[in-house]
Amino acid sequence: MTPPRFLPVYLRNFLVWRKLARASILANVADPLITLVAFGYGLGRLLPELDGVSYIAFLAGGAVCMSAAMSASFESLYSAFSRMHVQRTWESILNSPLVLSDIVIAEWLWAGTKATFAGCAILIVVFLLGISREPTLLLVVPVVVIAGLVFAAIGLCFNALARGYDFFTYYFTLFLTPMIFLSGVYYPVNQLPEWLGEIAAYLPMACAVELARPLVLGRLPQDAWGNLLLLGAYGLAAIWIALKLTQRRFAA
Amino acid sequence: MHMLAPDSAQTVLDVRTLVKRFGEATAVDGLSFTVHRGECFGLLGPNGAGKSTTLKLLLGLLVPDSGQISLLGHSIPTQAQTARLRVGVVPQADALDPDFTVAENLVVYARYFGLPGDQIRARLPALLEFAGLSQRAQARVDQLSGGMRRRLALARALVNDPDLLFLDEPTTGLDPQARHLIWERLRNLLAAGKTIVLTTHFMEEAQRLCSRLAIIDHGLRIALDTPEQLVHDQIEPQVVEVSGDRVAEWASYAAVQQCCRRLELVGDTAFVYCDDAGPVIAAAEQFQGLRYLKRPANLEDVFLKLTGRDLRD
Repeated sequence: MTPPRFLPVYLRNFLVWRKLARASILANVADPLITLVAFGYGLGRLLPELDGVSYIAFLAGGAVCMSAAMSASFESLYSAFSRMHVQRTWESILNSPLVLSDIVIAEWLWAGTKATFAGCAILIVVFLLGISREPTLLLVVPVVVIAGLVFAAIGLCFNALARGYDFFTYYFTLFLTPMIFLSGVYYPVNQLPEWLGEIAAYLPMACAVELARPLVLGRLPQDAWGNLLLLGAYGLAAIWIALKLTQRRFAA
Repeated sequence: MHMLAPDSAQTVLDVRTLVKRFGEATAVDGLSFTVHRGECFGLLGPNGAGKSTTLKLLLGLLVPDSGQISLLGHSIPTQAQTARLRVGVVPQADALDPDFTVAENLVVYARYFGLPGDQIRARLPALLEFAGLSQRAQARVDQLSGGMRRRLALARALVNDPDLLFLDEPTTGLDPQARHLIWERLRNLLAAGKTIVLTTHFMEEAQRLCSRLAIIDHGLRIALDTPEQLVHDQIEPQVVEVSGDRVAEWASYAAVQQCCRRLELVGDTAFVYCDDAGPVIAAAEQFQGLRYLKRPANLEDVFLKLTGRDLRD
């Protein structure tokens, strides 16, 4: 059986990551650890229990999703843009028999992989700190994979439109950060005005949090299929758009 | 419609009436040429003439608006991926992978061609040797000089042992030593039976390497021949460059006008193209304060005559 065509490009990114793995893993663990400790313990002391659990346990499920989304976004925006535009790595790959869709698929899966690393790093922290030791923690891993792929695909759409790194500041400030606040990462969605909460439930981040939070707390999510279906639809639509936009960029 | 079948044994690249537009602008405007096996074919043109766009079209990275391309017997762009298996490319900007060592750059690139690991490792010493980088296999790309980087880019283009090499301005930005080394390597490749298509705006490079060349401007082919034949056909045999403050006044004299076939005034220098330099020199010597230089006409004169002296930025 011949290996998939995107594999050598995926391996290229993996090899570079392996060279810098120590720093990368440190960042993967340190970042969520700081979020959990600062918000969970610090802010948690001031808050009553939420949904019958401590604030830090409530926050953990959201933090896992946020970490995956952030990692996927950084990789599919800043890193992919460096390879596409600054280093011209994509251009030299295109001189081989590979085509643009091979590269975009490889970048997508790679950003999804990085998101999985990041999400799993925070899950390990959650386990080690004893925030949760539920067996259902293991079921959060596939949620992290799916959320990572969705945000990687969305990131690649914006990557295809970018003229420079500055463009990504808008993505984070105007798109990702508001989405995090609307998706129940830091507080329950029912704290939002009702109309806003109803709309916010359709955000991809909200779908991921709806799946991850109960699993961290040892419960099975309500409407798991609905949220999975919606995430799947977001992911497939976004990667299709990313492919079209990237092809348009390279045809000009 | 039956397309005229090119002689497949001898023709590696056949381009017919190629047209590429970007919006209103026409980058390539009906370009045709054929490249034969084992030759070095040059695409010459000023900046913006359509050279890089043409290369992208030939590799199937852009889709032409009209025209036909046959590359190693494959129709482009439909069979571009198959054709690119047998093609090597040295891009203008090297585009080496800065995160990898010299050896890793070659190994990783070879994987894009689906080459198995043991085959890559077997070829690695010879590629490093060819690039003169055997001692530098573990060096990072940012530790290499410009010449070394270009040689690595050349070695990288050879990982798949291609039949045809495309080089986009292979010696731009290199010092003379590095440039001569690249030329020597390219001649080795030609001697080994490879076919080369290169773009350049160095006339010396074209004259030294190319068996035939096409001069293109505004996406049009304006000349195609061997370098010697172009100089013979397109330009007067002798050039006298006359310079000095009052050269314009000198050039306006009837005695000067009569003994030259063509005269171009650029700043304080007159380029006098003629069959016989004697009378021009005599006229220059009679005039106070002029310096002159006599030389045979070369490819650069042809290029400037055909594409003009206006700056292209």
